[in-house]
Amino acid sequence: MGRKINIKSMSREDFNDNEYIDELVRELRENGTNVVVGCLDDVIQWGRSNSLWPLTFATSCCGIEFMAVGAARYDFARFGFEVARASPRQADFIMVAGTITYKMAPVLKRLYDQMADPKYVVATGGCAISGGPFKKSYHVVQGVDKILPVDVYIPGCPPRPEAMLYGLMQLQRKVKARRFFGGENRSISAKEYERLMAEDTNKIEDNEGYDESGLA
Amino acid sequence: MEIKDKITAIEPEAKYSPEGDGCIVIPADSFRNVAEKLRHEYGFDFLRSLTGVDWGEEGIGCVYHIENTSTGENVVLKTSVPYRDNTCLPSVHDLWKGAGFNEREAYDYLGIKFIGHPDLRRLYLREDWEGYPLRKDYDMASNPLNMENEVSTDEAPTYELTKDGSFILKRHPLIEEEEYIINIGPQHPATHGVLRFRVSLEGEIIKKIDVHCGYIHRGIEKMCESLNYRQTLALTDRLDYLGASQNRHALCMCIEKAMGIEVSERIQYIRTIMDELQRIDSHLLFFSCLCMDMGALTAFFYGFRDREKVLDILEQTTGGRLIQTYNTIGGVQADIHPDFVSGIKKFIAYMRPMLREYHEVFTGNVIAQQRLKGTGVLTREDAISFGATGGTGRASGWACDVRKRHPYAMYGKVDFKEILFSEGDCFARYMVRMKEIEESMNILEQLVDNIPQGEWQMKVPAVIKLPAGSWYSAVEGSRGEFGVYLESRGDKSPYRLKFRSTGLPLVSCIDTISRDAKIADLIAIGGTLDYVVPDIDR
Repeated sequence: MGRKINIKSMSREDFNDNEYIDELVRELRENGTNVVVGCLDDVIQWGRSNSLWPLTFATSCCGIEFMAVGAARYDFARFGFEVARASPRQADFIMVAGTITYKMAPVLKRLYDQMADPKYVVATGGCAISGGPFKKSYHVVQGVDKILPVDVYIPGCPPRPEAMLYGLMQLQRKVKARRFFGGENRSISAKEYERLMAEDTNKIEDNEGYDESGLA
Repeated sequence: MEIKDKITAIEPEAKYSPEGDGCIVIPADSFRNVAEKLRHEYGFDFLRSLTGVDWGEEGIGCVYHIENTSTGENVVLKTSVPYRDNTCLPSVHDLWKGAGFNEREAYDYLGIKFIGHPDLRRLYLREDWEGYPLRKDYDMASNPLNMENEVSTDEAPTYELTKDGSFILKRHPLIEEEEYIINIGPQHPATHGVLRFRVSLEGEIIKKIDVHCGYIHRGIEKMCESLNYRQTLALTDRLDYLGASQNRHALCMCIEKAMGIEVSERIQYIRTIMDELQRIDSHLLFFSCLCMDMGALTAFFYGFRDREKVLDILEQTTGGRLIQTYNTIGGVQADIHPDFVSGIKKFIAYMRPMLREYHEVFTGNVIAQQRLKGTGVLTREDAISFGATGGTGRASGWACDVRKRHPYAMYGKVDFKEILFSEGDCFARYMVRMKEIEESMNILEQLVDNIPQGEWQMKVPAVIKLPAGSWYSAVEGSRGEFGVYLESRGDKSPYRLKFRSTGLPLVSCIDTISRDAKIADLIAIGGTLDYVVPDIDR
């Protein structure tokens, strides 16, 4: 399968780290693919990469630039990102825009856990990447990769809207360079899924005294 | 009779200390009495700022900046207790409502127990946080990241003092068991950031709101204590990022005051122009977001389209869009761009008809009017008592504009109107900001043609050390009085640096103004209060 990682908006030469994508494609080809499945895979990943829905999640400055990317001048609707969802259940990726503090970290983890697979994380701005200017604080997480697996990093403080678009296009390329069937649609085994569900990351207090009779 | 003498008449042991701005030191035992007299007899009705400070061996205490809004008189009070365990001070939450949240903050930072405070929970940090971060002996590594979900308590602790000097910790229920609670936030588009409300409802009527802050508490004030003065500037821009220029202006002004530097008129002009551009930027964003929250997405695009034009002007000179990092101690980073003046003129010519269009598209809209008019009424007394400055205070008829009250930079010399409304509802808050865009453009027009020649950076020593003392400077930020309290002990870095948040008083009054409103109105109320969450949490 000669999968080409092209995206319509920007030519391959204009991207900086093609080696990384080449490496992903090499891994993809390594074991060979069934032609039918491979073709279907291509179509699905094409569709998915062009309709990535972000979660509306912003804690600080970067969030305003994220809004600017959504507004008229930069307009991320051109690339299919415009359907910003307020519910994690409907979102494909979370754009961690802003500082993550100790109090916010469990909440962010919960949001991430609530998102449906396959899901992606984009760390936007210095704070989300490493703690940024607040690295020495007593209440700031030193980079969101300490608590979530990050797919794309967008540096800046805050990153310019162009940088955000570039980062999101990198995410599109990454999506295209992955296998969907037997890959992202099943990134964890059924067994592990069971275990995760049983583990229940968000403990609910015992609801024994809870009376449902009054509910309609 | 001067205020100093009035206070010594009430309390003979009060001492005046002249270092820096000067303040009056009052023994903790008689502080409550002095505060009551100042509030009720001398009309000091506005608590500008309340700062908890750890003075090491001298003890732990608070600095109060109080103003009389009818005469414009200001006084700084200081009180402390010399022991570090079970530190307690009398609460003044009933004299100034704004003290309620500020005392919770001081408790959170320094562990000062305010006797008689009805709800002394931590304000920013988790309930299970150990130690008090702004104490000088706090171990920075003592609280590692805890990924356990936080449990919200339904009880509020209160401390009472017995005659023999020990405490009684009382807990009274904040939320009764049968109450119906809706949780909004911290991730919710209408809270404009990571703020969390626990709303108690009866049907769709709001009975109570419990505000939870701290989801973006970055510990800026503690960090500043280990940075040198030039480095502290960088963090101010990231507090209220829609008032980046103004915040930095306030800190620069405070440091310059302490150093005794006068900046050239050119710098004053440039700073004033930048502040006003920033204000237009912020108010346009306010318009966009309010409209979007209320379902008018087109207006969001209009607002952001025009905001980009302001950002272009800012970017041309400063290199930054949202965060400019432009002011420096004793000047600005770089001289203005050659196209700066023409750019502003072009923008004003463009913006005036656009504003008319905004009013046609949104202001006159029946739905907007019905949702905004008469909802979330904040009375003038409450606005002053909470210290809700900025557009919110002016919509309630309180002339609280720092540009008029304590003119700084060029504001004493330009002619502009302070926009005042008397209704205090959401619509008044909305209209104040829309009219302020026009007023800001008037200020810009008066200034851009007359920028004098001169230096854009004064000569400042390479290593900045401030003399011992404490100073307070305030500017009119995009959403109210942004103040900086700086205490120095003669070192390269500040001993204590406190930022008077513009947003904290605004969220502290949200419980009062949204009682008996409908849950849907909360969106409009939050939108028109126009707070920025990182500025609340700092």
